[in-house]
Amino acid sequence: MPQTIRIRKGLNINLSGEASKTISERAIDYYALKPTDFRGINPKLDVQEGDKVRAGSILFHDKNSERLLFTSPVSGSVAQIIRGEKRVIQEICIQRDARMEFEDFGKADPAALTRDEIVDRLTRSGIWPVIRQRPYSVIANPSHTPKSIFISCFDSAPLAPDPVFILKELQTECNVGLSALAKLTGGRINLCMKQGSGQALEFAPDPKVAVHYFSGPHPSGNVGVQIHHLDPINKGETVWYIHIQDLALIGRLFLTGHYDATRIIALTGSEIIHPQYFRVHRGARISEILEDNVKPGNVRYISGNVLTGTRTARNGYLGFYDHQITVIPEGNHFEFLGWAKPGFGKFSFSRTFFSWFRPFRQYRLDTNLHGGTRAYVMTGQYEKVFPMNIYPLQLIKAILIKDIDLMENLGIYEVDEEDFALCEFIDTSKTEIQSIIREGLDLMRQEMN
Amino acid sequence: MKSLRKYLDTVKPQFMKGGRFGKLHSTFDAFETFLFVPDKVTFKGSHIRDSIDLKRTMSTVIVALLPALLFGIYNVGYQHFISYGQNPGFWHIVGYGLGKVLPLIVVSYGVGLGIEFIFAQYRGHEVNEGYLVTGMLIPLILPPDIPLWIVALSVAFAVIFGKEVFGGTGMNVLNPALLARGFLFFAYPAVMTGDKVWIAGKADAFSGETVLGHAMIGNTDQINDPMGMFIGLEPGSIGETSVVAILIGAVILLFTGIASWRIMLATILGTTALGLLVNAIGANEYMKLPFYYHYLMGGFAFGLVFMATDPVTSAQTNRGKWIYGFLLGALIIIIRVFNPAYPEGVMLAILLMNVFAPLIDHYVVQANIHRRLRRAMAAQAPFLNR
Repeated sequence: MPQTIRIRKGLNINLSGEASKTISERAIDYYALKPTDFRGINPKLDVQEGDKVRAGSILFHDKNSERLLFTSPVSGSVAQIIRGEKRVIQEICIQRDARMEFEDFGKADPAALTRDEIVDRLTRSGIWPVIRQRPYSVIANPSHTPKSIFISCFDSAPLAPDPVFILKELQTECNVGLSALAKLTGGRINLCMKQGSGQALEFAPDPKVAVHYFSGPHPSGNVGVQIHHLDPINKGETVWYIHIQDLALIGRLFLTGHYDATRIIALTGSEIIHPQYFRVHRGARISEILEDNVKPGNVRYISGNVLTGTRTARNGYLGFYDHQITVIPEGNHFEFLGWAKPGFGKFSFSRTFFSWFRPFRQYRLDTNLHGGTRAYVMTGQYEKVFPMNIYPLQLIKAILIKDIDLMENLGIYEVDEEDFALCEFIDTSKTEIQSIIREGLDLMRQEMN
Repeated sequence: MKSLRKYLDTVKPQFMKGGRFGKLHSTFDAFETFLFVPDKVTFKGSHIRDSIDLKRTMSTVIVALLPALLFGIYNVGYQHFISYGQNPGFWHIVGYGLGKVLPLIVVSYGVGLGIEFIFAQYRGHEVNEGYLVTGMLIPLILPPDIPLWIVALSVAFAVIFGKEVFGGTGMNVLNPALLARGFLFFAYPAVMTGDKVWIAGKADAFSGETVLGHAMIGNTDQINDPMGMFIGLEPGSIGETSVVAILIGAVILLFTGIASWRIMLATILGTTALGLLVNAIGANEYMKLPFYYHYLMGGFAFGLVFMATDPVTSAQTNRGKWIYGFLLGALIIIIRVFNPAYPEGVMLAILLMNVFAPLIDHYVVQANIHRRLRRAMAAQAPFLNR
């Protein structure tokens, strides 16, 4: 029995609007691939508006690395290319055909292929970008070999989809995916599962694949926390990671020869009338998933979870790496003497509001900041929700003064902005910690390249 | 409340940049955010945020200070009348105490907040809530009869030279409230030391010596019994005498998670360790005094709960907080027992440890860095040997 790693520090935010365990199908007409979902790439278009594409046809590639191709999740025609300031490409929108047509990349048994052949199939099909690396949380470099690969088989974020439920039907595909990934690293593939949920994924015994169990509150499901506890990243090392549903996507590529971007997503949040799961394709338009399933009022649509997701418009699109849509109320209202009220219904990690009376209450939290931005006054609070042997406040300050050496010494290679999401949530001073961490990572990456 | 909100919305443009009172923006903002939690929503990062903000944090500390304040008000009156051998009844006692304590609070807040507003305005910052606590702490660590102009002077010194010159709330090295007291202690020793100052309007014939004063000169038989010191009806600074009132505050601070239990526990451990050592030596009457008397005497409890745990001036790392607390506890005993000049050691010990806190943190962080570097070396070693 593998050892369980117990995460003690963290916080589960008990929000209302958890998805019920039913999967609905929905035919969606519009999809988009957003180059802005990928850190550090420089997109160069390969299609024009009106072009016909198939699932797996190249839409754009990275100017800096010819091997990074980004392909269409569905077959249809390029409906629109939306550009932002300085003509930066924002979205490439595809209108889907009635019948799905796939580019053919050829069926194969990954065990019989060489590493180069596997990398070649993954890059040509546009699946490669699902593999990301630490440090920096950018798309993995196909010509590198990571010291290990991590797959988190559970998501501990608020209202996150339950992978045990999703994985039931993906067992075969995941197993094929694992044998493909096994060729990519000299080290191990670490599957991190949640203790008590049973083995989420049944797989053929393989000396390269190791299973680990984690228990404890969010962020125990964050891959960064898992890497930190199992195989921490030192300077010069890289670790790759991939989402469990994308493992199945890789498996499907070798089983069918197609880029079949089907995924199961959770529609969650207090403002959804019937929170549930949907089977859609990557990049689906959010408004078509929502239809009239949203309560009236001023709401915020988030692709992803409430802590790390991206704010989108109602007619925006699901992010490349997101498996969840969350809809919560906007909080643009004043509250008279709000800071002085007893606060029986106010969520707080501290016990300064009387909501500690009811620890199991479900909350309908809005987007209000609940205060003004202040200097760093409180100390020791981030440590309570940051389960890594890293000093969070000291690292944040090192980034603010742009001290590269200090950032490196304090462990910036091991972290990602999502690891700091809870610090940002509980922050008394209301600073934007995730943005600060992202700036630090970007600065580090520029310095190192 | 809607009409108030409407009024604020109408006058707000005048206080914005370019408006008629644009220069008073920080002041307006301070009052507006006091009345209404702003309508600002999250823009980047986490879409939801904890309900806590600095106002809630600071007001929780104020709530924790209330028992000590209320007890202090009663005790000031009680000590006054007892020095004349009178007992005029509860309300007279409270009335007298209020008459002494309220002006101190008003002067402390008036002067301190005035300076804070001016600096915030000058820098174009929002007014920080830090002084709400400092302004309450200062009266509570002063003797009741202190002249108001001296209080004003010490507050101004502490806020300007203790805090604003370092960049304001969150940037200061020394605890501003203790700095104010330290300033008084050295600049105006006559109003801060001896046996005359600790009872308001004291009758001349009555001895107004504090417990620590007795202990200092070896009169350990004059010391109140432990229970009496725990309850705190004795001469001393306004808020510091009652350990039980301070303990209520400590429970509030620890339960809400605002103060660091590590610092409190470590300080008690440090005091106990040195206290036991001093007991073991037992060279004079003071050294023979049971170690736990130190928890009950003077400003120990108040300093421990409200000053040592100041998040800005104490050590910031968790390991550092242990070291900081332990050394602080030890230092308190050393100053109290071995220093013939000062009966009380808490204030000086905390100020001294405030200065050392960044150094402690530095070494704690360095240890973390070295551990990471060693790990990296170990990971590279197999490759280097090849």
